[in-house]
Amino acid sequence: MSDVLVFVEFSDGAATKAGLQALGAGSTLAKALGGKAIALVIGNNAGELGKHGADRVLVAGGDAVGSYSPDGFARIVAEHAKSTGAAAVLASATPMGKDFFARAAAIAKCGLAADCVELKVEGGKPRAVRPVFAGKALATVEAPGTLWATLRPNVFAEVSGGSDAAPETVPVTFGPGDLKAVVKEIVAGVKGKLDVAEAEIVVSGGRGLKDPAGEGKQNWANLEALAETLGAAIGASRAVVDAGWRGHGEQVGQTGKTVSPKLYIACGISGAIQHLAGMSGSKVIVAINKDDNAPIFKVADYGIVGTVEDVVPALTAALKETLGS
Amino acid sequence: MDIIVCIRRAPTTDARIKPAADGKNYDPAGVNYDISEYDKFAIEAGILLKEKHGGTVTILTLGPSAATKEMRTAIAMGCDAAHLLVSDANHDAWATAQALAEKIKTLPHDMVLFGWNSVDNQSSATGQMVAELLGLPSVSVAVALDVADGQATVDRLAAGGNRERYSVKLPAVVTCTKGLNKPRSANMKGIMAAKKTAVPETPANAPADGVSVVKLDPPPARPEGKIVGKGAEAAVVLAKLLREEAKVI
Ligand SMILES: Cc1cc2nc3c(=O)[nH]c(=O)nc-3n(C[C@H](O)[C@H](O)[C@H](O)COP(=O)(O)OP(=O)(O)OC[C@H]3O[C@@H](n4cnc5c(N)ncnc54)[C@H](O)[C@@H]3O)c2cc1C
Repeated sequence: MSDVLVFVEFSDGAATKAGLQALGAGSTLAKALGGKAIALVIGNNAGELGKHGADRVLVAGGDAVGSYSPDGFARIVAEHAKSTGAAAVLASATPMGKDFFARAAAIAKCGLAADCVELKVEGGKPRAVRPVFAGKALATVEAPGTLWATLRPNVFAEVSGGSDAAPETVPVTFGPGDLKAVVKEIVAGVKGKLDVAEAEIVVSGGRGLKDPAGEGKQNWANLEALAETLGAAIGASRAVVDAGWRGHGEQVGQTGKTVSPKLYIACGISGAIQHLAGMSGSKVIVAINKDDNAPIFKVADYGIVGTVEDVVPALTAALKETLGS
Repeated sequence: MDIIVCIRRAPTTDARIKPAADGKNYDPAGVNYDISEYDKFAIEAGILLKEKHGGTVTILTLGPSAATKEMRTAIAMGCDAAHLLVSDANHDAWATAQALAEKIKTLPHDMVLFGWNSVDNQSSATGQMVAELLGLPSVSVAVALDVADGQATVDRLAAGGNRERYSVKLPAVVTCTKGLNKPRSANMKGIMAAKKTAVPETPANAPADGVSVVKLDPPPARPEGKIVGKGAEAAVVLAKLLREEAKVI
């Protein structure tokens, strides 16, 4: 009981960044426990995970897992948690990990430490630290047996090197007909668009940007340009989502997504307690607001007092200059 | 249709959270409670299904006796019955799921609805765990839900705003999010009906937690920030600081 099993998420045939970060965290934890990091991939291509910290690589492929299924994926992970006797079982806290890992833990008759930001070994046992109340407090948790945990994207570092482990194909013990829920189709959205919770840089807009269907049109175009310059995902305050200006998937806060990017730029956002809860874990926070008393400045590392109309396009231009040099 | 909606009583989102003296729980002093935000979308989804297909909506909660207040709010919105599994502890998702699943087994159910995440423990796990314990399909983070011929068609919000469509056989577990519907407020008739509806309370048979809290800490304080300047001119200074001082770009 000192190995760590890591479900490494793939997208379009390649390991996701969040998946490699989870593997990095698993590799570090396994070393601290004196065990091996075992990567588990569901699909037909395992990439070269030995180069990212895996001591062993298990690949479960075939028809039954051709499309994502929460109960199918859960079964595979639970089976290998059992067969490897892992001390900890990890995945990324992405929309996929958040969906099926709870089912997997339940098959194993275990709880789940969700959306963890730190893993450590205390008294020979793995422990996890996870934000609760969207980061208003941090809980250190442990499990009586195997620790099942999902890890917040952008918090754990990828590791390089390790082994030249060849993928070991493992059988899938069920067929497509045994599955209870399977994705039928993707009905909307942009393929490959970065989720705000997984982005390294987030540029968020608030009510101060005004209605994109009216006087705020140029402001939102400016925000998109800023995001594009930085390769950032767009986030939004709840005021903006409730007004129907942006989709709910972009809402940051206690009742939206909790994000920890390396850079969070809040534009025209006042900084209500629910919003702060969702983004205070960011490494560097920038606030642009015309009101120098806005609460967002209390958590910001860098603030500019000014209107989004003036500052956002000027910042895009300045960043283009800086990034170009 | 027999619909069960599991709801949680949680601190309101404007609550300031401080660790309690035991260092493991939060200090409840001055904290107000409400139905956990996303559970409101589950309640509305249940009522909409009832309005379309007939049947009943039953509210199920694991929580303290005080939770009858939130449960009555749900009844006032249009639910029919409620059961409270009484426990004062802040159980984790695994213990909660086992207690709920045990009760759900004794009730007729075609659809079991949850909010996708609680505003306090934030495990986004209880619904899926209940589904596993009952051997039912689960679709989490639903933004569209329709039922016909014993099947539910559910759209789930996945990464980057993509919507994945599922078609699952009933009974099924669906966890709900914003965008699925607009939760109604209770009207006077509902509030009167809720007053008259009994909310039976039975002691919860909650097993041990799957993960237990050994320590609850306040988040680390952020270092004092600085105002870089005013207006467009400050942008050049900021870009330089982000590259040279913060080293994030
Ligand atoms: C149950 C509940 C849950 C909630 N959950 C969330 C959540 O998850 N996330 C969230 O964000 N909120 C949440 N809220 C809402 C929150 O309380 C605030 O209402 C919301 O965050 C405000 O959004 P905002 O900052 O965009 O708008 P406002 O508070 O209206 O702020 C707009 C800001 O823009 C500035 N401004 C205006 N014009 C300009 C300009 N031209 N240039 C520059 N600045 C300008 C103003 O000075 C102001 O500071 C929740 C509320 C409740 C009750």
